[in-house]
Amino acid sequence: MSSVPAKASAAGVPASRLSPAGSILEVSDLSVTYAMERGAVTAVDRVSLDVRPGEFVGIVGESGCGKSTLLFAIAQLLAPPAAVSGGSVAFKGTSLVGMTDSQLAAVRWKDLSVVMQSAMNALNPVKTTGAQFKDAMRAHGVRSRAEIAERSAEVLKMVGIDPAHLKSFPHQLSGGMRQRAMIAMAMLFTPDLIIMDEPTSALDVVAQRSLMVQIKELQQQFGFAVIFVTHDMSLVSNFSDRLMVMYAGQVAELGVTRVVFDSPLHPYSAGLLEAFPSIRGPKVALTGIPGSPPDLSRPQEGCRFAPRCPKVMDRCRTTPPALYQVDGTAVRCLLHEHGRFRSGAGAGPPAVSGTSVSGEPAQPAAPAAGTTADEARSEQ
Amino acid sequence: MAMLPVPSTAPGQVASPEQPVPGSMRRGRRPFARLIRAVRSNRKATTGTVLLVIFVLLALFPGVIAHDQPNAQIYPRSLGPSGAHLLGTTALGQDIFAQAVNGARQVLIIAIGVGLLSTAIAVLIGVAAAYLGGLWDGGLNLLTDVLLVIPLFPLLIVIATYVQNAGTLVLVIVLTLTGWSYTARQLRAQALSLRNRDFLEAARVRGERRLYIIVVEIIPTMTSLLVASFLTNALYAVLFGSSLQFIGLGDPNTVSWGTMLYWAQNNEALQTGQYLWAIVPGLLIVLLGAAFALMNYAFDEIGNPALRPVRRKRVQRAR
Amino acid sequence: MRFFLRRLGFFVLTMWAALTLNFFLPRLMPGNPALAMMGKFRGPVTGQALKALEVAFGVNTHQSLISQYFSYLGDVSTGKFGTSLYFYPESVGHVILNAIPWTLGLVGVTTVLAFGLGTGTGIVAAWRRGGLADSILPPFFVITTAIPYFWIGMMLILIFAVKLQWLPAAFGYDVTQVPSFTPAFIGNVLQHALLPAFALLVTTIGTWVLTMRNTMVSTLAEDYVRMARAKGLPGRRIMLDYAARNAILPNLTGFAMSLGFVVGGAILVEYVFNYPGVGFMLLQAVNNEDYPLMQALFLLITVAVLVAILLADVATAVFDPRTRTRG
Repeated sequence: MSSVPAKASAAGVPASRLSPAGSILEVSDLSVTYAMERGAVTAVDRVSLDVRPGEFVGIVGESGCGKSTLLFAIAQLLAPPAAVSGGSVAFKGTSLVGMTDSQLAAVRWKDLSVVMQSAMNALNPVKTTGAQFKDAMRAHGVRSRAEIAERSAEVLKMVGIDPAHLKSFPHQLSGGMRQRAMIAMAMLFTPDLIIMDEPTSALDVVAQRSLMVQIKELQQQFGFAVIFVTHDMSLVSNFSDRLMVMYAGQVAELGVTRVVFDSPLHPYSAGLLEAFPSIRGPKVALTGIPGSPPDLSRPQEGCRFAPRCPKVMDRCRTTPPALYQVDGTAVRCLLHEHGRFRSGAGAGPPAVSGTSVSGEPAQPAAPAAGTTADEARSEQ
Repeated sequence: MAMLPVPSTAPGQVASPEQPVPGSMRRGRRPFARLIRAVRSNRKATTGTVLLVIFVLLALFPGVIAHDQPNAQIYPRSLGPSGAHLLGTTALGQDIFAQAVNGARQVLIIAIGVGLLSTAIAVLIGVAAAYLGGLWDGGLNLLTDVLLVIPLFPLLIVIATYVQNAGTLVLVIVLTLTGWSYTARQLRAQALSLRNRDFLEAARVRGERRLYIIVVEIIPTMTSLLVASFLTNALYAVLFGSSLQFIGLGDPNTVSWGTMLYWAQNNEALQTGQYLWAIVPGLLIVLLGAAFALMNYAFDEIGNPALRPVRRKRVQRAR
Repeated sequence: MRFFLRRLGFFVLTMWAALTLNFFLPRLMPGNPALAMMGKFRGPVTGQALKALEVAFGVNTHQSLISQYFSYLGDVSTGKFGTSLYFYPESVGHVILNAIPWTLGLVGVTTVLAFGLGTGTGIVAAWRRGGLADSILPPFFVITTAIPYFWIGMMLILIFAVKLQWLPAAFGYDVTQVPSFTPAFIGNVLQHALLPAFALLVTTIGTWVLTMRNTMVSTLAEDYVRMARAKGLPGRRIMLDYAARNAILPNLTGFAMSLGFVVGGAILVEYVFNYPGVGFMLLQAVNNEDYPLMQALFLLITVAVLVAILLADVATAVFDPRTRTRG
């Protein structure tokens, strides 16, 4: 599967150059804290992200890095003990943080909808899919029965499901169908932004692919923006315009997908890339990232990735890195503290694919010795 | 006097094997130190524990605060409260205060005895059923379920009627035999969820005997369920034991709160103005029962953080 | 369907177990208590009735235990429970039939009410997590679950009947009244039912509040509740249609199972209020060593509880589409 042609509005232009005014969603310095027995744990730490209309933004990271929490914080769906502890979320110019559920109701689903990881859990088991569609439409003032029935059938057909299944209960559908039904539900009002939390992770590889293609096609047809969270780099490589790599609640790297893929700046991004096989590139030894993410309840000094970093320097253990701009890519790594530009490659999409070019500070190190493909897989 | 314990998983529904049973302490982490810390941080647990300790002290040393003979019918009848008789006397000429204080012992013996014994039976049957599997599981599980749906109190009444004048030991036995099934079912579910865990497989591969595996490997993972079982069954014993005594199926000569209420009812204490005779023992049953119930509920909260009270200090979102 | 057949089989088995207990318990006890009972009633009870009694309790018969057992099973399954001793010469069946409506009215209404109110309170407490209700109600109801049924009855009598004299303390209706379907009589019956009903309500509601609150708290963390919020549904709809409807399913079976306990409580409440229902009857049988009546009542209560559980199974199947298709 080669990359789908990008929409005119989004890809190709370095992200940071876009004026915020053109964004549909502006997240700035958003923090989320879990109030735990032994004090607060910051699961999302000052994350900023702009999403433009029609853009497809991928968010990747290991489990527990805060990517799902970030999504729920954006959609104002956190439940205690989690709560937004700082920063702002502006959707189409309106600040969402601090709004009550009834205030949010006007925005929800009409303009901003959500697709969750497991439709089995996200669909109400005691209601038919049709009834759940109906609930959503009635909540936003659609009263006519005929209209509800017509639109419900229409969106189901869009995702390739027989409208007869409106009468089915979630458990009567297959895994792939449930997931599609959920996407259909998210499409009911053709929103401007759909937030997707690992919508394909419960499916097998073939079903994953076809669902991704479907999402991309719908996106091109209707022009909504997508924020797509996954732990599977190969999914986003083909479908997303921009990519955000999260580590331990923070943005590790944020840039145009192709750029990040071809020359990752953060050693963590590089590690993630080496942990999955490239479909087109030459055969290389797969490596994982040794170690595990830090315990967020015990904040550490310096860079959070330092204990696992193959390129760690002494300073990394004491100085927490800020987010540095390198040619339109934001990266949180001291290696790029002064790196205003990317050495070797220009701002345009580099032609390098798969393997890394050694000897350049901005490029990933050679694969760490000794790790095998199996270990790499288990890292995911 | 609702008898069903209030579990985080609803009654009748066995906790799904995927979900770890709340609060099962990790092995080898000094559970007692953690338990004490947990109890101190939970107000319900603290209240329950303090109440229970007071009752245990009463049961151990009743003579310290009550000097009168509890059963001697030697005082003037139906006196009101006074310096000599703090809570007055009964229509039979007994000192109510002395009876109330001395009554703690038998109730506690019954509560603790039934709590321990029925937990032991529940462990034996529940774990054996889960671990042995096959026909054993089928048979024991059926036995458990049948006992679970036969109405308990009527059955207790029938048994106690045939026994006649059940003393402490008989009450403990009868209450134990009828009360273990609910816990056994929970323990079986927990044991089933453990059956294929690595550490059990390891023990099996090492060639340990079944009994060893059950006692050393499985049971320690169930600490919290065992404590909950003890508390539930103790509460059940306090309430149903007293009820049996109240309707006259206990030994009418024992000194206990249920028996006090039996005599109070038979002498029309309410109609003849001897209110304390009926109020005091009942209130004590409520307090002791509440001690067990509060500890049990708190224990559920400690094990399952989701149930704990949350403080409403929200940065956002007001429903 | 297979599920129901299996449940039905289970109930038949349970019934058999209860019957067997009934048969063997008196025979297992040291010094056969039936013998003592017979001695007492030898005077008034004669002829056929005594013979039947002897057969029922295995006294003076030359039949083997096995054949006694089977003839007992045969008698019970054809509805022959023998003659009541205390209400001699009325038959056990007749005595029981008089008591059933009282208990059905009192316990049935109160239990459904307690379940409804308790569940509702639990739903709201969990929904307003961290609110005032949620911080006060759970400890309060934990304590009410520890109140003995009979004692709350005594206290209600003390307050409302003895002290305030607002309500009658005993029996199902004024004995001066002639039972009939007149408003006056029905009002009288309701007046008498008020205190026992309240006693039952107070002592059973706590369990429902607490179980419902706790299952509801777990359900509120489910993805479909989050999803419902994301859809912008009104709060009430999320609470009832998405959270409560799912949380209540496991409680339905629990509700039926606990009926066994409620019946136990009802026995005590009826006893304290001299309420002419099944429970009061049972204790009268016990106190007067009317074993045939006691045995029959025990069986009746067991059947009632089993039927209730079966109804709960049906209800669960109706409300939970998953059990329906699983068959």
